[in-house]
Amino acid sequence: MSAPAPPGRFSDDDGLHAHLHAGQGDFRLAVDLQVEPGRVVAVLGPNGAGKSTVLRVLAGLQPLTAGRVRLSGRTLEDPGAGIRLPAQVRSTGLVPQDSMLFPHLSVLDQVAFGPRHRGSSRTQARAGAGQWLQRTGLSELAERRPAQLSGGQARRVAITRALAAQPQMLLLDEPLAALDVRAVLELRTFLHRHLRDHDGVTVLVTHDAIDAMVLADELIVLDHGSVVQSGPPADVAKRPRSAHVAALVGLNLVRGTADGAAVQVTGAPGAVQVVTAGAHHGDVFCSFAPSAVSLHLTRPTASPRNVWRCIVRGLTPHGDAVRVELGGDLPVLADVTPAAVAALGLRAGLEVWASVKATEVQVYAA
Amino acid sequence: MNAPCAAAPRRLVAAGLGLLLVAATACSASSDAGSDSGSSSSSDSLELTVLAASSLTEAFGELAKTYQSDHSDVQVELTFNSSSTLAEQVVAGAPADVLATADEATMQGVVDEGLTAAAPEVFARNRLTLVTPADNPADVASIDDIERGDVTYAVCVPDAPCGAASRTLLDLVGVRAEPVTEEDNVRDVLTKVTTGEVDAGLVYASDAQAAGSDVTVIDVPESDQALNADVIAALTDAAEPDAAASWLELVLSKEGQQVLGSYGFLPAG
Amino acid sequence: MARPDGSTRTSATGALPWQLLLPSLAALALLLLPVVGLLVRAPWSTLPQRLGDPAVFEALRLSLLTASAATGCCLLLGTPLAWLLARTDIPGRKALRALVLVPLVLPPVVGGVALLTAFGRRGVAGRWLDEAFGLSLPFTTVGVVVAQTFVALPFLVLAVEGALRSADPRYDDVAATFGASRWQTFVRVTLPLAMPGVASGAVLAWARALGEFGATITFAGSYPGTTRTMPLAVYTALNSDFDAAILLSLVLLVVSVGVLALLRERWTPGVSA
Repeated sequence: MSAPAPPGRFSDDDGLHAHLHAGQGDFRLAVDLQVEPGRVVAVLGPNGAGKSTVLRVLAGLQPLTAGRVRLSGRTLEDPGAGIRLPAQVRSTGLVPQDSMLFPHLSVLDQVAFGPRHRGSSRTQARAGAGQWLQRTGLSELAERRPAQLSGGQARRVAITRALAAQPQMLLLDEPLAALDVRAVLELRTFLHRHLRDHDGVTVLVTHDAIDAMVLADELIVLDHGSVVQSGPPADVAKRPRSAHVAALVGLNLVRGTADGAAVQVTGAPGAVQVVTAGAHHGDVFCSFAPSAVSLHLTRPTASPRNVWRCIVRGLTPHGDAVRVELGGDLPVLADVTPAAVAALGLRAGLEVWASVKATEVQVYAA
Repeated sequence: MNAPCAAAPRRLVAAGLGLLLVAATACSASSDAGSDSGSSSSSDSLELTVLAASSLTEAFGELAKTYQSDHSDVQVELTFNSSSTLAEQVVAGAPADVLATADEATMQGVVDEGLTAAAPEVFARNRLTLVTPADNPADVASIDDIERGDVTYAVCVPDAPCGAASRTLLDLVGVRAEPVTEEDNVRDVLTKVTTGEVDAGLVYASDAQAAGSDVTVIDVPESDQALNADVIAALTDAAEPDAAASWLELVLSKEGQQVLGSYGFLPAG
Repeated sequence: MARPDGSTRTSATGALPWQLLLPSLAALALLLLPVVGLLVRAPWSTLPQRLGDPAVFEALRLSLLTASAATGCCLLLGTPLAWLLARTDIPGRKALRALVLVPLVLPPVVGGVALLTAFGRRGVAGRWLDEAFGLSLPFTTVGVVVAQTFVALPFLVLAVEGALRSADPRYDDVAATFGASRWQTFVRVTLPLAMPGVASGAVLAWARALGEFGATITFAGSYPGTTRTMPLAVYTALNSDFDAAILLSLVLLVVSVGVLALLRERWTPGVSA
């Protein structure tokens, strides 16, 4: 498990410092977050990992059981000291899943909602909202009701609504979920541009690796309420430490114990080895791309030192190639050309041999 | 999809049985109603239906006991309500043998429809009196006190015999203050007084007597000039004309007149 | 469940099943015949003079005034109560809800008696009101409004509670994060979202208040212009002038149906024409 950002990197009076412990019984959250002002942190993880809980707790909609939240030098919550500021005063801007635009308000009034409840008069708030809509290119939608907006438009309005509140902390819950492909592309660009301009802290929950890569300065991967990996997106993507992230970035991931060049795979039926190019010791991850996997009908005897006996479980188109799901000694994914599929006669249930060159396997400490 | 279809015939049978059961109990209930709770349990006892103005509640109640002890084969069914309501019901076809109203005008409506077997007979007279709650909270001493701004009083609706007489009486004594409520029958006026909701009410002397210590009675001398005549008649569509005739006989007899007198009614003559 | 286009008709084919048709026709007959009876027996020949009788419009005006005032009271008192039941977690909500249902199950006359024991001159609260402020509710128009509010309140509370329950509470969360206090959220977010339910509840309450008889006559008494609403006027006319009673009934029927017909479905789902 990687350590959180070293303390002292930025001052305690700036940005977000959160030690979150929440939930009880079956689900407990234990997450540390340190976010500098102006930076974007993306929270990744499978369903049920606790991503939305992180946002709810930061927004003040769910109490901490222990820990502390400090934002821009203000303690928002500290159960130990008996401090809990209500959601209303936390200076957060929330973009919920499904946008959650108030059905009875026009777009202009939606965007004016935050400023209106933070002290501006009705006219001031609406004027400010008009400016924000201009800035985000949504002016022509000002008089429409949510029911008259497309999914992508509604999402952009929700983001503008949050930005207009000029929050110190921007919280986005799966902002690109449930949108068609075109809307996702437009929205990703929109977000990238406006998140860059936002000078507060941004915490973004997402399912999508591309969002995380494009939008975030730092990635945090959650599973079962705890952080399993964190760091800059490129690092996380190159060296995933969880099956979830590996699947997101499209890598095969194997965990095992290394002794020199050979790694004994943990949890595989029978003694399965991964042979690598370097020398390592101890608990390690091995990752290799599906494109590095070759399939053969008979056991290959040439250079690859990694050969496993597998059974084809399924075939799916994947861009120009065909992704083959393999079970058996070592469950892996292999990308092969359609021609190869035909040549090998690949079909579900067929026994094949999978091979990977040792040099294609990346190894890093667990 | 199949289960409900298979269950349908069974459900129909159950529903049918249920209906039969309800019908059976209804039939037995109605046949029981004929032979009433009372001294006579024989299924061929006669039922005499008497509709009478509310003011006659106690007097007719006692007379019914006398009648039943004299005529063991007759069960007297008494219904008390405002005279106008009862008259309206008779005109609308309600089955009854005898009708007794608290004034002649109300009975006239029934006579005009040709529903009375013979000319109605006056069997008593009633006079109005003023009553207050037992503790007389507004300190009412005479009918003129009603004119005081702080005194509230109740009367019957103008179309009821008691209401008509009240209107006449109030005009007679020169009281112009309006009541706070007009009740549909005289017993409701009495209730408003006994519960203390109004300071005073105009009711019959017989009602005041029936209320006993629940009210304080204030005599209105002028009420002699606004008497109501209680009239009684057997109805043409009576199911038991003989019983009806003997009931009239009892009411008009010396015994009947004595009973009425004991409950505060004035003699017919 | 309605289809996306709002239709709820079944697409099943075949003849209409008699098992459903016959009872429906019987129900229709039960509902229509009394109305037909009123129309047939109405005193059409003397209608113009009768309608000119000021007593008719006095009763009508009183009915409309009190029913509307009672509906207003129901909205002011019932909406917060509905919010309490639907959106808070104070203890004893189940008991509270049962209490709200009491006027629904009480026969109206019993309701009137109960009101007397509470607000009558010698009533638990009425006695104090009379002594301290000289205020007396029985026999006043205000008393009529009180009686009507008592019987109509459950309709409004239940309708609004239902609407609040089905409104998504996540909107409240979002509003809170944008700085809206619980009261501001209620007024600017929760209530507007629940408006169709509030409107339906108000219509039901108004209709109930307009038709209220037992509690009114027992608690407020009956006096023309002050407390004799249309239903009471019909009752009084019943015994002296049946034709007048029919006329009054028809007037009430026409006014009620007229108001309900004017309401549009989308403002009051499930209730109006």
